[in-house]
Amino acid sequence: MKIRIKLFALLSRYLPPDSTGNEADLEVPDNATAAAVIADLGLPGEHCHLVLVNGAYLAPGTYGARPLQEGDALAIWPPVAGG
Amino acid sequence: MAWTRKILRVDLSNGACESEPLNMEWAFKYLGQRGLASKYLAEETDPKVDPLSSGNKMIFATGPLTATDAPTGGRWSVVTKGPLTGAIACSNSGGFFGAELKNAGWDIIIFEGRSPKPVYLSISNENAELLDAGGLWGKSVWETEDRLRESCGDPFVRVASIGRAGENGVLFAGVINDKDRAAGRSGVGAVMGSKNLKAVVVRGTVGVKVDNPNEFKKASKAARKVLAENAVTGDGLPTYGTQVLMNVVNETGALPTRNAGEVQFEGASKISGEAMLEKRASDGKSQLVSNKGCYGCPITCARVSQMDSEHFSVAGKPQYQDESGGLEYEAAWALGAATGVDDLEALQYANMLCNEHGMDPISLGSTIAGAMDLYGEGVITDSDTGGVALTFGSVEALLTLVELTAKGEGFGKEIGQGSKRLCEKYGKPELSMSVKGQEFPAYDPRGIQGMGLSYATSNRGGCHLRGYTVASEILGIPEKTDPLTTDGKAGLVKAFQDATAAVDSTGTCVFTTFALTLDDIAPEVDAACEGDWSADKMVEVGERIWNLERNYNLQAGFTAADDTLPKRILKDAAKTGPASGKVNDLGKMLPEYYQLRGWTADGVPSNETLQRLAL
Repeated sequence: MKIRIKLFALLSRYLPPDSTGNEADLEVPDNATAAAVIADLGLPGEHCHLVLVNGAYLAPGTYGARPLQEGDALAIWPPVAGG
Repeated sequence: MAWTRKILRVDLSNGACESEPLNMEWAFKYLGQRGLASKYLAEETDPKVDPLSSGNKMIFATGPLTATDAPTGGRWSVVTKGPLTGAIACSNSGGFFGAELKNAGWDIIIFEGRSPKPVYLSISNENAELLDAGGLWGKSVWETEDRLRESCGDPFVRVASIGRAGENGVLFAGVINDKDRAAGRSGVGAVMGSKNLKAVVVRGTVGVKVDNPNEFKKASKAARKVLAENAVTGDGLPTYGTQVLMNVVNETGALPTRNAGEVQFEGASKISGEAMLEKRASDGKSQLVSNKGCYGCPITCARVSQMDSEHFSVAGKPQYQDESGGLEYEAAWALGAATGVDDLEALQYANMLCNEHGMDPISLGSTIAGAMDLYGEGVITDSDTGGVALTFGSVEALLTLVELTAKGEGFGKEIGQGSKRLCEKYGKPELSMSVKGQEFPAYDPRGIQGMGLSYATSNRGGCHLRGYTVASEILGIPEKTDPLTTDGKAGLVKAFQDATAAVDSTGTCVFTTFALTLDDIAPEVDAACEGDWSADKMVEVGERIWNLERNYNLQAGFTAADDTLPKRILKDAAKTGPASGKVNDLGKMLPEYYQLRGWTADGVPSNETLQRLAL
């Protein structure tokens, strides 16, 4: 199935080569989880601070709990802030 | 120590500049900067005073840690009654001006009265005098600063000034120091303009002492270590600045778009922090040149940008083609997502105009967005706007209105009155995205419930910097809470408000609190100042300040009915994203908030609360 992967700030260097801006379509196995995608892309775990699926927050420790669905948007940031 | 224990009182009506001792009883209760200046304002002015009359006072205030070695110890504030809101105003700035003022030997300057002609205040250590500013009136912030530095013959002087916006009574005019650091909000620059005060130029070589140098060195060193090792303050903010939030907030469905008609902007990635780092197709350079820091700041989140010299907005205008202060998140949102404009170069040009002429980009962008909504509904037409087609997304409309507002010309005069007055004038008050008359910033309360309560109860009107629950609700600092629930938000908002009021009174930057807690900051204050300053005492001071500000506003005529949000936020559900179908449930949070504060059901601090806080 295909999902949308979005990687921001210093994680953008892990984007697939065919990405546009900070995002790309990504072919993943059916029932893949956020944890599996993070591992497949080689993202350093300590930098995966804010993990959102379709904008909704995934708590640390639950990245492997729920299978992603076709068309889901998985967005990940390192620790960031502003104001 | 840490306090210089000296106030400079400047009577603009007769030109007198007098030194007087700082009220130390108040300093021990309100600490400095925001808290102490608010106490002086509350004691010395009638809360019902016309903000632009000579009866209003304007206070420049440093904190006890300003100009010390405390990390980020360069902050200062302008406190006055704000003309945009009619509420107490406190606008906080960084840069180097505040530290220079403190190093000259002054904790606070109180300006009162009104000068019969344009003047500027010149301070060199203990010497202060008002000088003629006739030749500076009508000049921009940038030109004013250059001329004053040149005329002083000292390259190390620091300048805070107003531009044409402050002179012209733009109700969201700011005071700008170091060319791009701003006491930006609530119209403090308009108060300065109403007093015929163009600038303050200061040189200070007296220095600052702390009460216990050894303990202070330990405490400040420990705080620096925490800031350096924290992923946000040690890496994220220096590298990406506040603009890294654009994509975060858009993804979470909380980016107010096209005057908060929507909560997600399709052009967000084009105007984000990441986009500022991308190489432009036109010249192969990125807009972002580097980061920079304010006085004593190890975080260095400020941006230095340089535009594409061929961009239509600056072609043939060399004064805008050099490196200049770059976009912060709030400015990029207000000038961009709020108006539907996704041209990053155009936003940087508008941002530079705000710095050059002294305008708050949040209120400016949001007011232009309100005008675009009025235009879209057919309430105003080309005949009102002077022929400017105010369609959402129009770069030309945005830049034309920014320029007209800065100059005080055409439809820009109406924009300069802020969105509340503009939308009321045309019979559509609900199209003003403001609270107590001040435009709220870049977080939609439908997608971040706690921010709705934070905006509604902010003592200076719509503002994120009075209680930044985004840190918890979105960013997980210090711990993650659900942005879509109202549960626990009353307590969260109160805790953020009280802690922020305390930090805003120290002379350090609230951004340190992404890494530091009051347990880290209190030892710095305790070592620098006489008295015992624990984290608990800091919270008590913060709560006292909050209630002092609240009382000022109640006496100015505000009531609980003003603790509200625009109808659009309360009635029109978000259409997309995680908050789809949600409005802000302010009504569920506000009664609990009043109760936690020790206020009556009408939002008035009870006698018991006033006594507990020694108010």
